[in-house]
Amino acid sequence: MNLKAQSRRLAVTAAFGMASVLALTSCAGAGGGSSSDGGASGASGGGGGAQSINVLMVGNPQMTDIQKITAETFTKDTGITVNYTVLPENELRDKVTQDVANQGGQYDVATVGMYEIPIWAKNGWLHELDSYAKADANYDYADVLPSIVKGLSGEDGKAYGLPFYGESSFLMYRKDIFAEKGLTMPERPTWTQVADFAAKLDGAKPGMKGICLRGLPGWGEVFAPLTTVVNTMGGTWFTQDWKAQVNSPEFTKAVNFYVDLVKAHGEPGAGQAGFTECLNAMSQEKVAMWYDATSAAGSLEDAAVSKVAGKVGYAYAPVEATKASGWLWAWAWAMPKTTKKADAAAKFILWSTSKDYEKLVGEKLGWPRVPSGKRASTYAIPEYKAAAAAFGDITLKSIEEVDPANPGVQPRPTVGIQFVTIPEFADLGTKVSQDISAAISGSGTVEQALANGQKLAEEVAKKYQK
Amino acid sequence: MNAPPTGSLARHGGPGGAPPSAAAARGLMRRLRRAKEPEQGLAPRGGPLWATLAWGLTLMFFAPVAWMVLTSLHTEADAATNPPSPLASLTLNGYRELFRRGVEPYLINSAMASLVSTALVLALAIPAAYALSIKPVEKWTDVMFFFLSTKFLPAIAALLPVYLIVKKIGLLDNIWALIILYTAMNLPIAIWMMRSFLAEVPREILEAAEVDGAGLLRVLTLIVWPISMPGVAATALICFIFSWNEFMLAVNLTGVRAGTAPVFLVGFITSEGLFLAQLCAAATLLSLPVLLAGWAAQDKLVRGLSLGAVK
Repeated sequence: MNLKAQSRRLAVTAAFGMASVLALTSCAGAGGGSSSDGGASGASGGGGGAQSINVLMVGNPQMTDIQKITAETFTKDTGITVNYTVLPENELRDKVTQDVANQGGQYDVATVGMYEIPIWAKNGWLHELDSYAKADANYDYADVLPSIVKGLSGEDGKAYGLPFYGESSFLMYRKDIFAEKGLTMPERPTWTQVADFAAKLDGAKPGMKGICLRGLPGWGEVFAPLTTVVNTMGGTWFTQDWKAQVNSPEFTKAVNFYVDLVKAHGEPGAGQAGFTECLNAMSQEKVAMWYDATSAAGSLEDAAVSKVAGKVGYAYAPVEATKASGWLWAWAWAMPKTTKKADAAAKFILWSTSKDYEKLVGEKLGWPRVPSGKRASTYAIPEYKAAAAAFGDITLKSIEEVDPANPGVQPRPTVGIQFVTIPEFADLGTKVSQDISAAISGSGTVEQALANGQKLAEEVAKKYQK
Repeated sequence: MNAPPTGSLARHGGPGGAPPSAAAARGLMRRLRRAKEPEQGLAPRGGPLWATLAWGLTLMFFAPVAWMVLTSLHTEADAATNPPSPLASLTLNGYRELFRRGVEPYLINSAMASLVSTALVLALAIPAAYALSIKPVEKWTDVMFFFLSTKFLPAIAALLPVYLIVKKIGLLDNIWALIILYTAMNLPIAIWMMRSFLAEVPREILEAAEVDGAGLLRVLTLIVWPISMPGVAATALICFIFSWNEFMLAVNLTGVRAGTAPVFLVGFITSEGLFLAQLCAAATLLSLPVLLAGWAAQDKLVRGLSLGAVK
């Protein structure tokens, strides 16, 4: 009996205690909530403007640069506050997909790569930007390089992304080491020549390897340079009528060549090396050559972070059976269809891809940091020409001469050089790259990797075969 | 779970209701003594071999952390060299960049999500644990199992429905969505921990207090609270750490305004350019609050851990 009374009292006390704790925490929460909201929305300074847009982007150096100067320029001129959210590529892709598929409408602008623009445009996720770009005479849309425009268009021929910066790939090499060894790099080398140079340059300096090539798994990592080698050696992922070709003799020859070269004369730990690792190896004098993105040149020529500034020569992407073999890539600004502030978003996109923005970056942050590779006029600016004397011309020509519709020796089912423009490719390329990366690290063989890859590619192809 | 709470359980006729034996009481007293004077109850000190091993393991665990802090103080170029260059000159640029990129709102969001959810968890878990140990309800083992079963499903499997629900009720990109989810996520762990801590409160003291005429409120404030305080501290710290570090829900359910610190952290990862030093600076800054909380509660934690489930 006493027991019952006690438990009733306990229940009352417990309920009272809990209620008071809850009341306390909810008070604290409400206060914190309002302050955190206020703080977060002003993340990029300013605030209080009548309009604001939300921009989702990757954290590449060019993007962090724009984050630095937006408040004092764009926001000041237009009154539009820009809130930036930075995420790595994969998370960004998930977020945009989620947001658009669920009609969330959280983001007004996002950075989207050349691989996804046509796919997403086809899905109806992106707002066309043609009308905005062509309506503004000052913007001079005709100045944007044709290959880039083509890569950022949808099936209907309209632009669904405007390029922030573009790139191709080329071969970077140490002029001083070549001179020491009495070697000359041709303007348009072949892969056979490059392999020969790599063997001769291996050990030119203590600890120096012949060449740096990416080995990191990922469709956009090892397969970016590797697919260009496959293309120029006569291979392809798919034929025009969607027959998988991953274990064809040409594809196999190219991958064997690449893996053997990097294993014999490549950087140590090549299986884990991507753009960043190779940039380091090159700028720290650990390798004599590097085949990668043209956008790497700006960092290599920056004496603050590179020990090889002024010592690097640039040659076209090595070829075998094709005339050119560079890749083509651009990071573009796109507008998710769910945005409710299309006009403000378009203003931002036009500003950040304009000639004036390039000038602004040149004057404020330095000419080598200009987001280049998208406009012909960039390469006519005297200050930029001076800053990019060693690599400007060859970059422009590389981007101009590549043909995304016809990058190899046979017709292709989609437009794209170092990728196949279907949603399944990211997964397919990444899976195959894992086996190839393992082969580079010394476990497994190229033949086995490609046999597995062929099976995966056949699965993917089934969907498209008619 | 293994040692059923003595005394009160028997009175309520719960499972395993053997009468409180003298042996159990003696065991309890011994444990209490040991908790108070740790040295006496332990085996004799180990030799130099064990000392070396302990120090070796400690350094091994600490080395990555030390490396992270050191890297955060280097320039990007020095941070990325291979082989590493630990003696390179130091700079605070990485940290400056953090504040330039606006880490503050993310820290506020994280603090809010972890502190409020921890407070809610404690407010709910302590009464629940009380009802499961000191005054166990009927079939309390089933209740415990039910709580545990909520952790069986991997969180990622429930992500899509969670996302849709959160969107439906308009809490996307709202810090309260995370607070509610973190509370739910940590509640079972907190209840399990608090139950085992409260089960350690000696029944004899409670009975003695009741005999002396102390009411429930007095018993709770003067006896249960002081004894279980280290347990509460340990539980709170665990909940704080889990919600502070949580990434998956945060990255999927927040957007522009409610992003938490881990979401900010990954933004430094890029496929082009150098980012190691900045990433390390961000990681160092973000581990500081947890570290400070751990230090502040250190003495309580040690007692809590030696008294509670982890013996």
